[in-house]
Amino acid sequence: MEQDESRQRGMHRRDFLRGAALGLAGLALPLDRADASFWEAFFQKHFREMNDEEIKQVISRLEKEYAQKFKKQIEIGADKPIPGVLYGYGLDLSRCIGCRRCVYGCVAENNQSIDPQIHWITVLRFRKGEKWVDLENSEKYYSPEKVPEEEYFYMPVQCQQCENPPCVRACPTQATWKEPDGIVVIDYNWCIGCRYCMAACPYGARRFNWGAPNRPEEKINPKTHYLGNRPRYRGVVEKCTFCIQRTRKDPGRYPACVEACPVGARKFGNLLDPNSEIRYAIEHKRVFRLKEDLNTSPKFYYFFAYGR
Amino acid sequence: MRTLGISGIGLFCFFSLLLVSSPAVPIEHEVHKKFLVPPPPFSEGIFPCSQCHQGMPVNRTPRKLEMMHQDIVLNHMPGGWCFDCHNPDNRDTLRLANGKIVTFEESYNLCGQCHGTILREWKAGLHGKRTGMWNGEKQYLLCVHCHWPHDPVFKAITPMPPPVRPSDIK
Repeated sequence: MEQDESRQRGMHRRDFLRGAALGLAGLALPLDRADASFWEAFFQKHFREMNDEEIKQVISRLEKEYAQKFKKQIEIGADKPIPGVLYGYGLDLSRCIGCRRCVYGCVAENNQSIDPQIHWITVLRFRKGEKWVDLENSEKYYSPEKVPEEEYFYMPVQCQQCENPPCVRACPTQATWKEPDGIVVIDYNWCIGCRYCMAACPYGARRFNWGAPNRPEEKINPKTHYLGNRPRYRGVVEKCTFCIQRTRKDPGRYPACVEACPVGARKFGNLLDPNSEIRYAIEHKRVFRLKEDLNTSPKFYYFFAYGR
Repeated sequence: MRTLGISGIGLFCFFSLLLVSSPAVPIEHEVHKKFLVPPPPFSEGIFPCSQCHQGMPVNRTPRKLEMMHQDIVLNHMPGGWCFDCHNPDNRDTLRLANGKIVTFEESYNLCGQCHGTILREWKAGLHGKRTGMWNGEKQYLLCVHCHWPHDPVFKAITPMPPPVRPSDIK
């Protein structure tokens, strides 16, 4: 009897609470910023679930946002992987002189924050000797007058673009994944900044934006890719993408670090093309990959072309 | 016995002819393949060499230069001297040991006379630096862009600044 009465009164307690919660949630969202762009960003789909039209919309929204923020037209590409291409990288340690030209070439190309400083490449210095590639005793703050130094060798480390990337498995929001051309990418709009991927990466290749990225407007490279060097936000993770905005073109340019290297120690190409430079290196030199025992299968090959 | 000997010689000749007509290993003629290179790194105002050398008598005796080019100290190939590489008959070109004339843009052929294995790796893209398109048109830096031919050992350079230490972040 009682139940029937409450029904007649018109509203259940449960319905009331549900309504109130929805109302409060609505109030919690900043209504003053309730322009179309804000709602679009809020309901943006996962990058891999969007069709071309939706990607285009997202990009035009971001381009507008960036134009407002940086007072500069920034072009965001979304080039798809080229079929039959698997990118590979080679680094000749017998020639690297540790000059860090690659580090700063990368920063100029990929719009890293200058202050707070973010570098995607770390150059490690090792003492020549018995214990070989002794990562614990490597030095990254070396600063001699001239390089190379007689008693050291150098090893630049950046994202190794693993075939079996531990960072991807660690990500709770699937904001990072491996593309069909082998590049591990991050969607900065999906990254929640939990840094699980950084803990999972055995190479220390990922960087976190602890503060708002800060870079003079005139130094921003306006040619960007959605999954690559477009301006990032505070609280997202970023890393090397083999210069996706340059390399994912036909014809595409070499990555910036390859072109910055003054000794030609850096090699880049298609692992599936038997005539590529990287295949020549793998077939003719004794290559190794960093921390091979972890089964991450990096597509970044180190080698010594000249025994010395 | 005699006929056998003659037919034996005939057989030998036949097989040797076969061998000559079909070599087991195909020889690659890479000499004609041109590589796209940026302009050679000439000292300013020095090229073309003929602007001074035109009409000058050629002195082929190895000697210490006293009028011009004293700054060039040959620290490469002990006992060598200018005309081992430069062409005395036309200074705007270089000359290989076999007498073939090459331009400065093809100077890698000259270097490859001694450094053959390195030339092979340069052609494959392993030695030296390439810029441009990874899947299209590339520029190959010449040997002399990195190795000054008169003193070819790569010179030490100043490194770029190290990353900021966490303790130095304000």
